[in-house]
Parts: sequence; structure tokens; C-alpha cells
Amino acid sequence: MNNELRELYQEVIIDHGRRPRNFKVLQEYSHSQEGYNPLCGDRLQLFLLIRPGPEQVIEEASFLGEGCAISMASASLLTECLKGKTIAEAQTLFQQFHQLLTGDTAVQAEPEKLGKLQVLAGVRAFPTRIKCATLAWHALLGALNEDEDKPEAWVTTE
Amino acid sequence: MNMRDRIPGKETQGLVDNSLTFDIDAVRENFPILGRRVYDQPLVYLDNAATSQKPREVVDCIQTYYLQTNANVHRGVYHLSEEATSAYEASRDKVQRFLNAKSRKEIIFVRGTTEAINLVAHCYAKPLLSPGDEILISTMEHHSNIVPWQIICNQTGATLKVIPINDAGEIEQDAFTTMLNPRCRLLAITQVSNALGTINPVRQMIKQAHQQSIPVLIDGAQAVPHLQVDLQALDADFYAFSGHKVYGPTGIGILYGKQELLEKMKPYQGGGDMISRVTFAHTDYNELPYRFEAGTPNIAGSIGLGSALDYINAIGLDQIARHEQALLVYATEQLSSIDGLRLIGTAKHKAGILSFVMAEAHAHDVSTILDQSGIAIRAGHHCTMPLMAHLGIAATARASLALYNNRADIDALLAGLHEVKRIFK
Ligand SMILES: Cc1ncc(COP(=O)(O)O)c(C=O)c1O
Repeated sequence: MNNELRELYQEVIIDHGRRPRNFKVLQEYSHSQEGYNPLCGDRLQLFLLIRPGPEQVIEEASFLGEGCAISMASASLLTECLKGKTIAEAQTLFQQFHQLLTGDTAVQAEPEKLGKLQVLAGVRAFPTRIKCATLAWHALLGALNEDEDKPEAWVTTE
Repeated sequence: MNMRDRIPGKETQGLVDNSLTFDIDAVRENFPILGRRVYDQPLVYLDNAATSQKPREVVDCIQTYYLQTNANVHRGVYHLSEEATSAYEASRDKVQRFLNAKSRKEIIFVRGTTEAINLVAHCYAKPLLSPGDEILISTMEHHSNIVPWQIICNQTGATLKVIPINDAGEIEQDAFTTMLNPRCRLLAITQVSNALGTINPVRQMIKQAHQQSIPVLIDGAQAVPHLQVDLQALDADFYAFSGHKVYGPTGIGILYGKQELLEKMKPYQGGGDMISRVTFAHTDYNELPYRFEAGTPNIAGSIGLGSALDYINAIGLDQIARHEQALLVYATEQLSSIDGLRLIGTAKHKAGILSFVMAEAHAHDVSTILDQSGIAIRAGHHCTMPLMAHLGIAATARASLALYNNRADIDALLAGLHEVKRIFK
């Protein structure tokens, strides 16, 4: 196995890919959004519980779906990280995550904000897999924008 | 002779390797790309169902055309244009002979299978259809043999009917028979499934459809590279294939149509070449096949396709089929030996396509890991999403064979799959 593969398929990713956390429908949720990658057919549904109020804290996050190890692990880790974050923090997290995968120079990298999500850094060496890693994140953005501009039934990575 | 009879059955496989008349190593030399390295590993190309590699001969032929002959066709009254025109038209003759069509007028140059099917949908089927009419396809069709029919069904009120398949990935022949009825205006099916490898008994199906006066379009995209196609014996009304899957260039393909049907069809697009006389009040259309070739065609592509067919003929399609069948048997045995690997598509009659899923790893992860060893396979839905939905899977990994693949390629694939298992242990 070469270094790039070792970086990509770290144990944490294999583990979360095989046994995704928060893999369920929330009993009570305020936001839900389907994410779909038309290129490969990967599909998942993200659920969020955000209590109304000035703080806008994400109290619970979960998902259901099927796809490759990268998309499942990324979704699983995302739901873990979202708990307790405000919407504004979640949006920053998205930007940081995107920066991690694409090396986007327009965004100042602050890896410490990503915590555990940094295990997905290996995806950067695999441009064809970036969409797998960002599928759940596009669903997240779609869910958060729900209130603003009535989204379509699903968001795609395209 | 039935086309399927030309493909040696499993019983004879043990012998085929020895009876090959072509030298696989010499053939591989004809494909310079097979000598390149990917991630510092020799390329193992197993995505031939998506597109095949091109022999040097074809690339040289296209280059020579551009460097020595380039001119527009059917227009110039000068030497170069005459040369270009005769090379272009000679390719049409080659296609006619290759498929044993009755007349060169029945061979129309298009962009590929997709355009060929769209042409038939718009110019043949659409004017015929009224509400309640049916178009019959099968569960295993490629999107390009589904969506054009959906579009015209939506426009005309006709209904798209889908013939079911069994667990092995074969068309349910009893269901097919009962679905043929007087409301059915066209049967459009693939000869070989790109996702499952199934070779459909199209000759028999065409016969049955014709007994009820139902015309038939055959999607030959995956058949022409692998089996001898005799259009007169087959008696298909329309037949489509793509040049890039038969060792030719992209952007060129063929629509065959029976002359009596093409004669009745209105043009697909208007423009130069497809006319015989134009005034502002009226246009007389050109004769076949030019009526369906509006504008400057893909001249280099057509000539390249002709060269690819020459290349295949020099080796012999029967030899190619024997080689690929022997390799398919070997690959099937090898893949079946892997714990947790399930082949998708286990029809009795198959072309060299091996779709599979693994218990441990998703097709994309399989493909990424193989890629790092220089092995190119396809992962995904293979443009057959309704088929995948029917099978209850989102994606498969697919290895597909061509004449230049050898046992070493399969052995590399196997080693790669064991690596997948190690990573996902
Ligand atoms: C069975 C089948 N039909 C149609 C097509 C479409 O061919 P093209 O994309 O060359 O038009 C393909 C190729 O992917 C195919 O495998």
C-alpha cells in the first residue's frame, strides 16, 4: 500500500465508514436535507435539531444513507462535530473543511478548528473523491439555507 | 448461423488459448498507451466498455488525413476534396461490409450510439406515436436507450414499457412475448449489456417482434467490438454503435436503418449536404444517406473508424471473440475465488464484462485502491440507474475486456482486490 492510500484509508475512516455514528433518523428534528451525488449514486439524508432562539445551537445531528467509505465516514464525523455548534460555527467549519480538501487559498487555514475532521486530509491527493467527502456537507449547507430560500427537495454535489 | 453460435461455449474454453492465431504480445505493441505507466506502475486498462484504446494504425491514419488530405467533402471540385470524399465514402463501404448491410445508403455517420438512437426517436418514432401506443425497452438499457424514448413518450402521450430480467441478468423471454402487442410501435433493446455483460438473443427477439410487425432498434454499442454482427441475418430495422468502443476515435458512430424505413423519414437536422435544391420557399432533400448528414461531417473520425474496422478484420473478430471468451472464463474463476465478492450479471451468454460488488468495500473505494496500482476499472452506475435500482445496489465495480487484455491483467486485478481486502480487513 502506498503512502497516499495509507493517508486516505486511515483506521478512523475505515471504522466510521463501516460503523457510522449517529446513523438514524432523529426522533425530533427541525431540519432535514437529502444529499445526492449524481455521478456515483451516493445518497444520504441529514437530520438536524436546532432550537429556535438567539443562539441557534445544533443540539443533535444524524444521517442515513449509503455510499463509499469516504462519504459515510465524512458524514459520520460531521454529525459528531456538529453537536453543540452554532449555525455560524457550522458554516465556518464547512469553509475550513473545504479548504482542507481543496487547498483553497482564499480561505485562511485554521486546522485546529477541524479537530477530528483532519483525518480526511488524505482525500486531497484524490481529486476524484472530493465529492464523496463533501456530500454530507453540501446537505448541511442545504439544510441551513432551508429557511432562507426554500431549497429543492435535494442538493447535489454538482 | 446464429450469432451466439460463433462464440465458443464454456465447454471448449480449455482449448481456446492454444487455437488463437494472433499473437497477443504483438497486438499489445500496436497500442502504445499500454506501454505507459500510471503512479509508476504499468497501466492495466480494464475499462474497455467505457472506451477502448486506439491502435497506432488508427491514430496514424487520422494524422495522415489531416497532414496530407484535409479538405471538405462533397464540395470542392479539386483533387484534395475528391481524395477526402473518396476516403470518407470508402469508410462507409467498410462499415457496410463489416456489418453486412445490404446497401451503403443504409449507413449514416453520426456522433455515436446516443445520437443514432435520438435520431430514430425523433425522425422515425415520434411522428408515428399517439396516446396509448407503446415503446418497448428492457430493464438493462443504458440511459441513451431510455431517455430519448421517455422524451418522445412525453411529447406524444405514448407509454414506455420495460421488459423484466431474471436474477442472472437475462431478459425474461416469457414476459417479453406477452408484452408484444399491436399497440407496440417499436422494440429498442441492447444486444450486449454494458453493466452486466449479458448477450441478449436479439435475433430470436427480432423475429418474434416482426411476427407482429413491430420494428426493432438494436443498441450495438457493446456488441460490435466483441461479436460478428450480420445485419441481413439479424434483420434489425435500426442498429446503432459507437466508433470509440471499437478501437476507433470518439465523436463518430453509425446508425444503420433499413432503406425502406429511412426513405420515409424526415431529416433530423437541416443544413448543407442534406439538400439537393434550396430556394427560400422550398427545399428538396438529398438522397440517402446524405439526407441525415447535415453539415460538414466528422471526416477524420469516419476515416479513423474505417481504419479501426480494417484493424479488427486483420485480426479477425472470431479470433478476438475466442480470446475474450477465454479470458472471461479465467477472470470469472479468479474473481469468484475472492471471499465476499459477488458477480453481478451471471447470464449464460456473456461478453467480456465483469461487474461485481464486494462485501467489505464500496465500488468507489475499490476503484481508488486499484487505480493506485495502475489498474483502470469503472465504478458507479454505468449509465444504467434504473437497472441498479432494480438490483437494489447503488454502484458496481466493472472490469471490461478487449482484445489486448491478457491473463497478467487479470492477475493484477486480483492482486489489487486482495489489497482492497487488506485495507478493509
Ligand atoms: C450499451 C450502450 N449503449 C449506448 C452507449 C452510449 O454510447 P455513446 O456514449 O458512445 O453514444 C453506451 C456507452 O457507454 C453503451 O454501453
